[in-house]
Amino acid sequence: MIYSRSVNFAKRNIRRTPFQALTASMVMFLTFLALFIFLILATGSQVILKYYESKPQVIAFFKDGATSEDVDAISNALNLDEKVKETKFVSKEQALEIYRERNKNDPTLLELVTANILPSSLEVSTKAPEDLSYVASILKQEPVVAEVIVPEDVVASLTAATRVIRWVGITVVSFLIIFSIIVTLMIIGFKIRLKRDEIEIMKLVGASHQFIRAPFIIEGTFYGIIGAFTSWVTVYVLIWYFNPFLQDYLGEIILLPVNPLFMFGLLGSGLITAIIIGALGSLAAVRRYLRI
Amino acid sequence: MVLFDHVTKRFSSSIIALDDITLDIKQGEFVFLVGPSGAGKSTLLRILTLESKPTSGKVLVDKIDLTKIKDSNIPALRRKIGVVFQDFKLLDDRTIFENVALTLEVLGRSDEDILKTVEHTLKLVEIWDRRNLFPKQLSGGEQQRTAIARAIVGKPDILLADEPTGDLDPQTAWGVIQLLNEINSWGTTVLMATHNSEIVNTLKRRVVVLKKGKITKDSKEGKYDLL
Repeated sequence: MIYSRSVNFAKRNIRRTPFQALTASMVMFLTFLALFIFLILATGSQVILKYYESKPQVIAFFKDGATSEDVDAISNALNLDEKVKETKFVSKEQALEIYRERNKNDPTLLELVTANILPSSLEVSTKAPEDLSYVASILKQEPVVAEVIVPEDVVASLTAATRVIRWVGITVVSFLIIFSIIVTLMIIGFKIRLKRDEIEIMKLVGASHQFIRAPFIIEGTFYGIIGAFTSWVTVYVLIWYFNPFLQDYLGEIILLPVNPLFMFGLLGSGLITAIIIGALGSLAAVRRYLRI
Repeated sequence: MVLFDHVTKRFSSSIIALDDITLDIKQGEFVFLVGPSGAGKSTLLRILTLESKPTSGKVLVDKIDLTKIKDSNIPALRRKIGVVFQDFKLLDDRTIFENVALTLEVLGRSDEDILKTVEHTLKLVEIWDRRNLFPKQLSGGEQQRTAIARAIVGKPDILLADEPTGDLDPQTAWGVIQLLNEINSWGTTVLMATHNSEIVNTLKRRVVVLKKGKITKDSKEGKYDLL
């Protein structure tokens, strides 16, 4: 009974100061929007990173003048090497087919490209990832090879990007969490001051400390939950909306559609964090302003 | 019921609100606390509600020593004591019913019980028909009746009234006093601080006179006499 009464008191507090409630919820919304976006970016970049790490493959793009003899010679030499698992030649026509498949939804891109523009290539898989640089060094010495792409470079770039995302995310989210706690503290503190008379009367008629404090803590927690839930819905809608575009961009990396279990896990952890942030802010306010 | 045992309250070395007070109040007594302003009447009442702590001495309520009470036990003790103030201290944003119901809400009573008990109490103080109005829509007498209803709705053992008729006209004041008298007749101990000599002299109850923090007179069927 006491608990439901505290919830009712909290509801009344929120109803009677709607703009403060809106402000607190919006600040929480921003915090959790940033938190969810950075978490999704960090998780996504990890998946992409793992994809490249799991594919020990070097791609050599040939110059336009390269003949099939040149390609065969390189391919045969590599196939004899015990470090090489297999080689696969992708002709200009096959490259065009792959390009067409990947961009089948965008006629403009298809119109502009012909087989002549795309280079033929040789995909070389190694038995172990550490042999990639060895194979790349061989390919780079070939005069008919224009460019060699080593996943190591991609992995290095992605690792650096992931690190940046992680640190920027941690910094921004930490700042926003502190900001949310302070805003909650200020709003709840203001309400405590506003309700000084009511609190004094409640004390005099024998309200327990818990009974006086609980509505304020419930209120802070409520702002957190509302902020976390609305930002999660926003993020989910954004992912859903940009899904086709992102999928085209990512190619064969399977990242989308985002696993609903992951999203619900995100919601669950977000709500727990929200409850902690809201409760921390209101507890700080109660300790600071509510002298019982 | 209530015992002040050599109680002193100092606000500073030169300001002494209560000076070695010893006062024993039995259950069911009606006691007037009289004295000039600054005599220590309100301080004495504030010590009973634990809004203030004595500098020295012992205060017992129902054998509980207020000077040694734990913070966590204060709410339980306050439930034994109802308080009525001169300025009513009603919540302006709540109706009369809600103001009185607050006492029962903090006690964790059910909605059904609250409805029944508040109705009974508001009928008792004769403001049931005003239950949906807000305090500012009521006269001073009606507001004081609301405050009394809020103080007694939880059935306290002791009722403290700090100049409850101070802001009321004589006729309304009498109505409030008759109500306090009736509450006392049920066995509730009433301790009332007042400047109203007419009320004190008419009721002929125990009168404790305070002057400069000291008890100068304590008479069983006393009169308002500050000399």
